[in-house]
Amino acid sequence: MSMDIFLQNIANSITLGSLYALIAIGYTMVYGILRLINFAHADLLMVASYIAFYGILIFTLPWYIAFAIAIILTTLLGIGIEKAAYRPLRNAPRISVLISAIGVSFLLENIGIVAIGARPKSFPRPEELVWNIQLGNISFLSLTIIIPVVTLLLLVAVTLMVKKTKIGMAMRAVSRDFETSSLMAVNVNKVITATFAVGSGLAAIGGLMWSMQYPQVDPLMGVFPGLKCFIAAVMGGIGSIPGAMLGGFVLGFCEVMLVGFFPGVSGYRDAFAFVILILILLFRPGGILGENVVEKV
Amino acid sequence: MEKNKRTKNILTILTLIVVCGLLYWSENNLNNFYIRVLNLAAIFAILGLSMNLVLGFTGMFSLGHSGFMCVGAYTAAILTMSPASKELIYYMVPINPALAQIEWPIFPAIVAAGLMAALFGLLVGIPALRLRDDYLAIATLGFAEIIRIVVTNTTSITNGSLGLKNIPSINSIWLYWGAAILTLIILKRMINSSWGFAFRAIRDNEIAAEAMGVSIFKHKLISFTIGAFFAGIAGALMGFLITSVDPTMFRFLFTFQILLIVVLGGMGSLTGSVISAIVITIMMEVLRFVEQPISILGLNIPGLSGMRMVIFSVLLLMVILFYRQGLMGTKEFNWDWVLRKFNRIKAGRRGETA
Repeated sequence: MSMDIFLQNIANSITLGSLYALIAIGYTMVYGILRLINFAHADLLMVASYIAFYGILIFTLPWYIAFAIAIILTTLLGIGIEKAAYRPLRNAPRISVLISAIGVSFLLENIGIVAIGARPKSFPRPEELVWNIQLGNISFLSLTIIIPVVTLLLLVAVTLMVKKTKIGMAMRAVSRDFETSSLMAVNVNKVITATFAVGSGLAAIGGLMWSMQYPQVDPLMGVFPGLKCFIAAVMGGIGSIPGAMLGGFVLGFCEVMLVGFFPGVSGYRDAFAFVILILILLFRPGGILGENVVEKV
Repeated sequence: MEKNKRTKNILTILTLIVVCGLLYWSENNLNNFYIRVLNLAAIFAILGLSMNLVLGFTGMFSLGHSGFMCVGAYTAAILTMSPASKELIYYMVPINPALAQIEWPIFPAIVAAGLMAALFGLLVGIPALRLRDDYLAIATLGFAEIIRIVVTNTTSITNGSLGLKNIPSINSIWLYWGAAILTLIILKRMINSSWGFAFRAIRDNEIAAEAMGVSIFKHKLISFTIGAFFAGIAGALMGFLITSVDPTMFRFLFTFQILLIVVLGGMGSLTGSVISAIVITIMMEVLRFVEQPISILGLNIPGLSGMRMVIFSVLLLMVILFYRQGLMGTKEFNWDWVLRKFNRIKAGRRGETA
């Protein structure tokens, strides 16, 4: 591999890694509090992309307004999903909640197919955000810089929120011990709503970035990114925000480099993430930054 | 007690005769389409039963069923296809010479498909069953996806993404329902054996079961492998029913449908799974009309493809949110239950006349 192609791959893996990281943060926050894989998280990506898609193409809104509407509506949808499908099952067995999450995810995907059609559509990239940058022999899109910067800013914002604000402290309390914190006058439902709001907002931003980087939208577009971002969250240590970030970058880097160095195995690219997941779960179930929790009676 | 047992045996034999009669009647009187739907229902019944063993009785949330079906379907298809049609179909990459001349009869091929899927179940289970709940779910989902991707890429064995066609077609209702009834009987006996008690102990409280001396890992592995075995058999039958297989068939959608059947029938009820498999399969066909274009009062509504899955997702959510025990809960449709109802009605009548 020549130096240029190598650098090109580095650029690609940074972009992909930041996208994974951005979406993985939402997974890790929800899992940290509810111990639930929010399967619907992946589909929020798709919902946000479609809202922006229609906002720009049908209502001819400027891209920033369309993006803002998409983020707000997706956040509300995330909160609504939690209220309708997860809250009634708060005291039910974990398997029931998981089945409910799968049901919501399937519902969103199929409503997408019914309302929009299964055919992929091309996403209108805002010209103000996307241009070509030529640096020596490698050329890349401006998104290669914009996406990591946005991810880093959001990561800092979320970390500050969790560490410094009152609601962040409540989130940490609830994720440490659900029942005790409700005894300590923490309004658990409010905290969970806030968590879903932040997670869904991040998913929406991730979805918008995703569809600018890979400008195509279809109702099942969220499925694979969703699974991989969950894997990234597990890899970094589920429940830990820097862990999600690290996991996202490691996974993105490994995927791009695997295909870059061994083009013969590119057909197995999607299997690779699952292989990593299984290895991590077996040998270091707490993830890279997580702590191993011992099951108690 | 003795008398009850004899009554129950007679009732069982009578039911079997009635079922055979019904099957015979349907074979001769129904058109091909209805028979196809019935056969599909039998396949879904096998799938529901096998997932219920794993999810409902052992409490392991495994989402790998479509992967094991895929293994079974491909094994049976490769074993039974004629050498001539293999040569015709593998035109991109020639078939592995070791497989080119094989042509097995149907029954050994179905058993081989089950065994192959069970082998995969064992290999997947040994690492995956150390996990539980949602981690197990995502790991088995990952394994199913890996199986599908490997099948897509090992072109000299599976013909890759082109899939296999010209699998021998079988329409006999006896094969499919025979397999379903056999599965029901085998699993029923297993649930009432010492294995079955161990499975349920693990489901209800893993730590307590371990303290009582139940070997958790061994029993989980047994349950998982048997589940994979029957999923493989169902996959093989699916191949014979629709005569073609390709990797995209075995996406997560399949596992979702089986999950719906198990949840609707009641997690922990074998007969519930059979009933809901029939209900869901028939619904799937009946609801086809919502995806066709229709015109009501001159208003033309174009066909909405995907509408059925919306309805099924809503159904799954409704059941899990408002009626978590499903149709049957953990109860079984058996003669004790019927006789008790019957006696109660009789007692009620006597009460009225007195």
